[in-house]
Amino acid sequence: MKILVPVKRVVDYNVKVRVKSDGTGVDIANVKMSMNPFDEIAVEEAVRLKEAGVATEVVAVSCGVAACQETLRAAMAIGADRGILVDTDAELQPLAVAKLLKALCEKEGPQAVICGKQAIDDDANQTGQMLAALMGWPQATFASKVALADGKATVTREIDGGLETLELSLPAVITTDLRLNEPRYATLPNIMKAKKKPLDTLTPDALGVDVAPRLTTLSVAEPPKRSAGERVADVAQLMDKLKNVAKVI
Amino acid sequence: MSQYIAPIRDMQFVMRELAGLDAVAALPGCEEVSADLVDAILEEAGKFAGGVLAPLNWSGDQEGAKWNNGEVTTASGWKEAYNQFAESGWTALACDPQYGGQGLPKLISTAVMEMWKSANMAFSLCPMLTTGAIEALMLRGTDEQKDMYLPKMVSGEWTGTMNLTEPQAGSDLAAVRTRAEPVGDGTYRIFGQKIFITYGEHDLTDNIIHLVLARLPDAPEGVKGISLFVVPKFLLNADGTPGARNDVHCVSIEHKLGIHASPTAVLAFGDHGGAIGTLVGEPNRGLEYMFIMMNEARFAVGMEGLALSERAYQHALQYAKDRIQGTELGVRGGPKVNILHHPDVRRMLMSMRSQTEAMRALAYVVGAATDMAHLHPDDAVRARNQAFVDLMIPVVKGWCTENSVDIASTGVQVHGGMGFIEETGAAQHLRDARITPIYEGTTAIQANDLIGRKIAREGGATIKAVIAEMRAVLAEVGGVQDEAFAAIARSLDSGIKALEEGAEYIVATYGQDIKAAHVGSVPFLRLFGIVAGGWQMARAALIARQRLGEGGGDEVFYRSKIVSARFYADHVLPQAPGLAYTVVNGAAGALALSEEQF
Repeated sequence: MKILVPVKRVVDYNVKVRVKSDGTGVDIANVKMSMNPFDEIAVEEAVRLKEAGVATEVVAVSCGVAACQETLRAAMAIGADRGILVDTDAELQPLAVAKLLKALCEKEGPQAVICGKQAIDDDANQTGQMLAALMGWPQATFASKVALADGKATVTREIDGGLETLELSLPAVITTDLRLNEPRYATLPNIMKAKKKPLDTLTPDALGVDVAPRLTTLSVAEPPKRSAGERVADVAQLMDKLKNVAKVI
Repeated sequence: MSQYIAPIRDMQFVMRELAGLDAVAALPGCEEVSADLVDAILEEAGKFAGGVLAPLNWSGDQEGAKWNNGEVTTASGWKEAYNQFAESGWTALACDPQYGGQGLPKLISTAVMEMWKSANMAFSLCPMLTTGAIEALMLRGTDEQKDMYLPKMVSGEWTGTMNLTEPQAGSDLAAVRTRAEPVGDGTYRIFGQKIFITYGEHDLTDNIIHLVLARLPDAPEGVKGISLFVVPKFLLNADGTPGARNDVHCVSIEHKLGIHASPTAVLAFGDHGGAIGTLVGEPNRGLEYMFIMMNEARFAVGMEGLALSERAYQHALQYAKDRIQGTELGVRGGPKVNILHHPDVRRMLMSMRSQTEAMRALAYVVGAATDMAHLHPDDAVRARNQAFVDLMIPVVKGWCTENSVDIASTGVQVHGGMGFIEETGAAQHLRDARITPIYEGTTAIQANDLIGRKIAREGGATIKAVIAEMRAVLAEVGGVQDEAFAAIARSLDSGIKALEEGAEYIVATYGQDIKAAHVGSVPFLRLFGIVAGGWQMARAALIARQRLGEGGGDEVFYRSKIVSARFYADHVLPQAPGLAYTVVNGAAGALALSEEQF
């Protein structure tokens, strides 16, 4: 069974992002970039499935600039067998990525796509769902436990107030939540080996996908600063402030 | 407790721009090395250091290693971390591929070693000592010894130790009394007591391979009568697995000022009939073999100075950002600010930072020169680099470790009263740093080596060549029309002159008045370190300026680098002339009193 794992290169979770002064986006020049943590969990899950003998091949995919190769190498250091880069400098929105992944699914024929539930940069939480819809495959999002057997996936997912377990027939799209696993530290021999694993580069054109953005970003701004607290004299004043100033009740 | 985030950007800068990663990657045997691979290794090692080792640093210090009836239990989490460390292949990084190593160059292992040591120095000592033992066996072990021990030591399944010191034989190893008696079957029975054996006993692995200095029955007196033996804790079965317990036992472990989680063992050899060992190399040449490895070990301890300085800086910086105290000077009725706004806190942090950067630059440059000295195809290039490495090792060791004590102390100072409170964690760095100017040769031993073997013996030839290189950098700095560069040029110029004056004094005095030369030896070592650091910071500033001019981005990093170099030039380099004065004039006052007058 082949598993496809999309991985996204994002600003490292330790970096405090800054909005560009012209409000067009976030400044990512020379900030540390890493693999989206949810995608790292997805790679780890796929590699564990391979180690358990369930999967036979794990293919990591990344869409974006050439530097995404580093992200693919990181996935291969965890244990992915090979990488595919869809090389483009264009702004990629979730729908475009889902279409690129659809083209790759048709090309590669995986039995499962395991991806992060969302990327920590735009927090869109759409790509997995869109891909499932485009492919006409079942989907299980926010997975906290995954078992694949006999052409079926059993996925436990975290929902409000508890856990829900779904059974889906493969091929399917599974998106990973934080508690699915704890990704391993790549070993030194695997880091060295990752350099030698095959990495193919494709382009959106070659896959016949139009990645032109469908959404326009009007402006990006920092969240408003929290104003200082205020001491109230009594409950009546508190109620008054909550009603008329904070307008929360 | 404090976080550790590996300073990967600065490491990359130093490796690529100052130490010449490309030149190292072009060496025979380094074909696999590339900037991408190095980035991936730094990234992953940084994650491991920050995620696994750093969180155990404080708990390990508080809990310490425990001795009970000959057995030593390491602090909680140590065993799991060690297993993970070995399974991740980090023990094998620089080892020979023939025995399962990755064969990566020294420059890479230097950066990775810095991370382990910053994250958790007490932990890092275990793999460091193993590396030393591996090196000794690689250099002089028989094929049989290599096959028996190396694969498991490289993989980290077993650890190694170095047994030199005895109660009466510290810096003076001529006084070693441990005996080795030939059994007649090619093995020896070892009898004696060794002290200060780092990780001499522990529960991390199922065997420990001790390398032991001892005297054969017919050995000449003094240093020329010491041989090196390999003595495993468990003798090996025919299939190479650990078998019978050997007669080497841990009598106690020391209670120390720092590195509490690193068990420092007293080992008794032969209390029950003799510990079985085999000879490494030829009889009576043990100390000579130790000296071959000494460069390696001294360099590694120098790295501890750098690593602890980095950690102390990160700790202090975090506190300075969080601690709100007072208002900004010159702002009437202004809001309370974090202490990073106060000029003296700035000064302290910049002093920690700029010196740490200078030490990193010098240490990595020496690391890369080690690779050149080992691997370059051209004999002349190898020889030149070896001479440079030999000259600089005592400087890296002595200067970085002495600095680390000052820097960790400054780190405590940044915390104010909280720095004196153990729970804050800043004090641990100071306690841990305090051993580094002592072990693996005290600063005085380094300084003796520097002025005697490395300078006076060759009439100062190598240091003169290094000073010429410094002058070339100075000329470049002097040619830049910029206020910061003018300041750097001014201090570097007087620093180089001071170094030259000190070196000339050493060369002239060593043969005439050896005691006078030695009074000045430690000040001279510091002088050399400070000027060599200034030399590297000046190179860094020049490259940063060039990169800014090219406009390739990363402006904040490059601009900060120039500021660091400027600070170093204004605050650290001006100490050089004062030290030179002491080198040249300090003997009279130091030597005048008679013993009774003390």
